[in-house]
Amino acid sequence: MTKPVSPDEGLTPARLAAKYGLSVSGARPSLVEYVRQLWGRRHFILAFSQAKLTAQYSQAKLGQLWQVATPLLNAFVYFAIFGLILNAGRGMPKDVYIPFLVTGVFVFTFTQSSAMAGVRAISGNLGLVRALHFPRASLPISFALQQLQQLLASMIVMFAVVIGFGSYPKLSWLLVLPALVLQFLFNMGLALIVARMGAKTPDLAQLMPFIMRTWMYASGVMFSIPIMLEDKPAWLADVLQWNPAAVYMDLIRFALIDGYGSDNLPPHVWAVGLGWAVVLAAGGFVYFWKAEERYGRG
Amino acid sequence: MAEQQQDQRVPTVIADELHIVYRVNGAKTGKGSATAALSRIVKRGSGDARGVRKVHAVRGVSFTAYRGEAIGLIGSNGSGKSTLLRAIAGLLPAERGKVYTDGQPSLLGVNAALMNDLTGERNVILGGLAMGMTREQIKERYQDIVDFSGINEKGDFITLPMRTYSSGMAARLRFSIAAAKDHDVLMIDEALATGDRKFQTRSEERIRELKKKAGTIFLVSHNNKSIRDTCNRVLWLERGELRMDGPTDEVLKEYEKFTGK
Repeated sequence: MTKPVSPDEGLTPARLAAKYGLSVSGARPSLVEYVRQLWGRRHFILAFSQAKLTAQYSQAKLGQLWQVATPLLNAFVYFAIFGLILNAGRGMPKDVYIPFLVTGVFVFTFTQSSAMAGVRAISGNLGLVRALHFPRASLPISFALQQLQQLLASMIVMFAVVIGFGSYPKLSWLLVLPALVLQFLFNMGLALIVARMGAKTPDLAQLMPFIMRTWMYASGVMFSIPIMLEDKPAWLADVLQWNPAAVYMDLIRFALIDGYGSDNLPPHVWAVGLGWAVVLAAGGFVYFWKAEERYGRG
Repeated sequence: MAEQQQDQRVPTVIADELHIVYRVNGAKTGKGSATAALSRIVKRGSGDARGVRKVHAVRGVSFTAYRGEAIGLIGSNGSGKSTLLRAIAGLLPAERGKVYTDGQPSLLGVNAALMNDLTGERNVILGGLAMGMTREQIKERYQDIVDFSGINEKGDFITLPMRTYSSGMAARLRFSIAAAKDHDVLMIDEALATGDRKFQTRSEERIRELKKKAGTIFLVSHNNKSIRDTCNRVLWLERGELRMDGPTDEVLKEYEKFTGK
């Protein structure tokens, strides 16, 4: 094997690579390029989320019925504990409190499960990350999308409960759509952020249930924040009501429940909801992209 | 004249002093219990790097692969062959050093994207999308993939969940999905010889076809015969270091001497 002396001899690997136009493998693409790649994978993102959703209940005899039955049972348990035993309604009439509780539980669960799935999006799918090439943001986005589809299934229960307690469909119900879009954007950003953190520190997956539970109790899922904090300083109630989970819950309750008027909402609630969504979605996306080349190290 | 010869030796993959380190969290057990998790997090606050072990899987490997080469990777178990492949594909971040590639090298394999609870049909689509094929491309090749896998030879199995398949059937479907796409720089990890005799012959044929279309091929295998059949150059890795790099016969001779003793 005698090779002729080549003009490439003596070139450093970096020079050689530059000469033949090779690029660094696994380097992070520019943000614009990243968005483009992600858009190219939109079918994968959707198919993956649907597949996860289907696989979830495929072994059960009742199958996809559980998508609706699980949230219903959840709502029932919360009602038994907070509505009947603890009487957390505090004077709210029953035909307001029960839909209030059910929408609260479902809407909060949407954010909660997006965060829980997001934190394991990379660390729980290392096999996939180490085997195939795709923009890693596909995973957390796909998990957030899976939760959105899950919520849409629970919406059937939600509408039934709301109608059952005397709030009939009206024009304001359409407000659910923009509220859900905003909440989805927020959840997606949240999932992206915790996905990067969880990829670096898998322990976060263990810490997450505590964070989410604290957040749930601070957001007024099963009680109305203004009523509960009546004798506390007003700023405390304001802060709690402006937290994103409370904002999205209130927007959807306001849209659906007749007895839940705008006096229950904090001022500028739509602006706050929009702000949270934009900040988290954009910030989370950039934050996730910044570590793109490092996912998979484990 | 030298210039002309150079034209034929176009580098497609350059590895420059590549180091890959895995970090393994020792304290990964007991995920279920919340109190155990809390106590661990409290404990971790004091010393950060505790419980993390580093595994230095690839240590300073450098080589240049040229277009038209078929390169075999050999070495004993755990010598870093698969890790090196993944680093070339850009799937594992390098600790130090760099890999330069022409286009996007891809690993032949799709197992991780498939879900056992879904039907074979949906897995074909999901796997294809995961590899970056478009819906149209998948639709076009769907029948070929199913026919190639031979899943439907014994009845309509493609509409059953993959968990109901025998291990051989599942392996055949996985290979068929993975092999449905053409690649520039193709990397094949060992253990491709799955399924029954008939399927083995068929898959070997398919790999030969893929090789014809690919620019450069990397093959990881413990089977010296398949390396000899397909590769014209061999990299021998041992403990993460490049022990030898050269024409197939020379390296294999040394390797056989090494393993034979």
